[in-house]
Amino acid sequence: MDQYTLNLLVIGASFALYIGIAIWARAGSTSEFYAAGRGVHPVMNGMATAADWMSAASFISMAGIIAFLGYDASAYLMGWTGGYVLLAMMLAPYLRKFGKYTVPEFIGDRFYSSSARMVAVLCLIVASVTYVIGQMTGVGVAFSRFLEVDNATGLYIGAAVVFCYAVLGGMKGITYTQVAQYCVLIFAYTIPAIFISLQLTGNPIPPLGLFSDHVGSGQPILATLEATLSDLGFATYTESHDTMLNMFLFTMSLMIGTAGLPHVIVRFFTVPRVADARTSAGWALVFIALLYLTAPAVGAMARLNIMTTMWPNGIQGEAIAQEDLPEWFANWQVTGLLAVEDKNGDGKIQFYNDEASADSPVMEAAAERGWEGNELTTFNRDILVLANPEIANLPGWVIALVAAGGLAAALSTAAGLLLAISSAISHDLIKGAINPNISEGGELMAARVAMAVAIAVATYLGLNPPGFAAQTVALAFGIAAASIFPALMMGIFSTRINNKGAVAGMLAGLLITVIYIFLHKGWFFIPDTNSFTDSDPLLLSIKSTSFGAIGAVINFVVAFLVSNATEEPPEEIKALVESVRVPRGAGAATTH
Amino acid sequence: MNNGNGEAYWKANVRLMIMLLIIWALVSFGFGILLRPLLAGIPVGGTDLGFWFAQQGSILVFLVLIFFYAFRMNKMDREYGVDEE
Repeated sequence: MDQYTLNLLVIGASFALYIGIAIWARAGSTSEFYAAGRGVHPVMNGMATAADWMSAASFISMAGIIAFLGYDASAYLMGWTGGYVLLAMMLAPYLRKFGKYTVPEFIGDRFYSSSARMVAVLCLIVASVTYVIGQMTGVGVAFSRFLEVDNATGLYIGAAVVFCYAVLGGMKGITYTQVAQYCVLIFAYTIPAIFISLQLTGNPIPPLGLFSDHVGSGQPILATLEATLSDLGFATYTESHDTMLNMFLFTMSLMIGTAGLPHVIVRFFTVPRVADARTSAGWALVFIALLYLTAPAVGAMARLNIMTTMWPNGIQGEAIAQEDLPEWFANWQVTGLLAVEDKNGDGKIQFYNDEASADSPVMEAAAERGWEGNELTTFNRDILVLANPEIANLPGWVIALVAAGGLAAALSTAAGLLLAISSAISHDLIKGAINPNISEGGELMAARVAMAVAIAVATYLGLNPPGFAAQTVALAFGIAAASIFPALMMGIFSTRINNKGAVAGMLAGLLITVIYIFLHKGWFFIPDTNSFTDSDPLLLSIKSTSFGAIGAVINFVVAFLVSNATEEPPEEIKALVESVRVPRGAGAATTH
Repeated sequence: MNNGNGEAYWKANVRLMIMLLIIWALVSFGFGILLRPLLAGIPVGGTDLGFWFAQQGSILVFLVLIFFYAFRMNKMDREYGVDEE
C-alpha cells in the first residue's frame, strides 16, 4: 500500500470516529451544550483538557522551537504547564462551585456589573478568535501536506467535521471527541520520539534519553549537541541568550495567560463535583506532560540528527554529497519546507551558520575550504516533528498517524475555542443582555446558530489569514494574563474588590498591555507603525510578549486602589464569594 | 458558609496554597531561571541541574503539587464538614 492511501485510511478512520462520537453525544439541553451536563469523569476531562489545550502549535511547532532556541525555549515548557498549578489551586474549584456556564458570567455576577461582563466578553472573543485562526490554518496545512489536496479543500473538510460534532453536541460532543483526539495525538507524538531516543541513546524513554549518552560518541547527548553546534558556528544550546528579567516575565505571562484562557477554564465546568475539578486539573497536566516532557528530547535529538546527517564524517571530513541525501529530503523539498542549493558547485551540501562572526573557526574553515554560504537554504522548524518518522526510518503507518495527530491537535483546540466564542455570544450577549427572557429551547438554538456562524468566520479567517496572524498569540496570552486572570482571582480571593475597581483594573491592564504590544509590533499589527522593537524594547529588556505579567500587576493595583476609594460591595456579593469558597452545595448550584 | 467553620477552612486552604505556590515558584522561576547560576556546578547528563529543572523537573514537581493539593483539600473538605454530600 502506498503512503498516500495509508494516510487517507488513517485520517479517514479518525474522522469517522469523531463523527460517530458526535452522533452518539448529541446535546439535548443548554446544560449539555455548555457544560456536557456536568457528568464528565475527571480523568476523561483531563484528557479532553489536554487535547483542548495542545494546539497545532504544540504538536507541530514546539519541538522545532526548542530545537532552535534550546534553553531559552524552557519558558514555553514551564509557562504552559505551570499555569495548571494556578488553575487547580486558584480558579477551577471555585468557578466549578459557582456553577454557571461561562467565564464572563462569573465576572458579571461577582462584580454585579454588566459592563464588567461585557469587558470580559470582549477579552474572550479577541483572545479566542486570534487563537482559532492559527488552528484553522494548521488544519489546511496538515491536509495539503499529507493528502495532497489544496489548502482550501482541506480547510472545508476540517470545518465540516468540526461542524458535525460542535453544532450537534456542543460541549458534550466536543468533550468526547477531544478524548479520542488526545489518544490519536499522543500516540502519534510519542512513538517516533521513542524510536529516535532508542536510536540515539539506547534508552526508550525520551525524557531520560535526553540526559543519557549518545551511542555514537559515548558523550552525553547534550554535550555532543553543544560541541557539534559550536563546530558549525551556531549559538549554544544549554546556555541562556535572554536576560533573566525577560525570561522570568515571559514565563510568568505564559503561566497566568494559560490559567486565564476561557476555553481551558470552561473545561472544568463539566465535572460533577468541586473535588473532581481539583483532581481533573492534575490529570490534565499528566496528559499534557506526556507531550511536554517528550518535546525537549525530540527537539535536541532531531537537531543533532540533522547535523550528523549533513556531516556524516564530522565537520573535519567532507559534507554529505547531494546525491547521498536521504529520501525524506526529496519528499519534503516538494513542500517547500526544505531546500538545498549547491552554491559552490562542489556536489556537496555544506550546512553551517554563515552568519557567524567573521573570526569564528567555522568562518575561517569556510574561507579555507571554499564554502560559499550555507547550502541548506530553507529548513522549516516544523519539519522536525512532521518528518520525524521518516528521519527515523519508521514504517508508513507511523507517518500516517503523525498526519492524523496533527489534525487531531488542530481540530480539538479549534472546537474548544469555538465553543467558548459561541457560548459567550448566546449566553452572555443574547441571554445576558439582549433577550433575558429567551426560553431554554431558544437559547439552545441560538447557541447552535452562534456556533455555526463562528465556524464560518473561523474558516474564512483560516482561508484569508490576516498578515499579523503569527504575532497574535502574544496578544491572546497578553489579554488573558492582564485582564481575565486577575479579575477571576480577585473575584474569589477578595471580598473587598467592587464593581468599579474590577472594571477599572481590567481596562487598565488590558489597555496598557495592548498598547505595549502595539508599540513594539505596530498599531493593529500594521507593519512599520511600531516605535520600538523587541530586540530594543521600551522598558529595560522586557519584550512585548512578556508584558502580560506587568499588565496583570497593573490590573491588581488599579482594582485595589479604586475599590478602596469607593464603597464596599453589597452583602449578597460577600455571601456569594463565601459560598464559592466552600464545596458544599455544589450540587444545588448546577440546577441554575 | 456563614459559620466559623467555613472561615477556618478557607484560611487553611489559603495557607496550603501559599506553601505549595512557594515550591511552584522555587522549582520554575528559582531553579529554572534565577538561581540557575548557583546550580551550575551540579552536572546532569551533559548539562547542569538548572537546565534539567527548566525542561523536565519543574513539570514533574507541578504534577506532584496539584495531586498533593487535591488530596489534602479533599480530606480537609470532610474534616471541616464542607464536603459535597
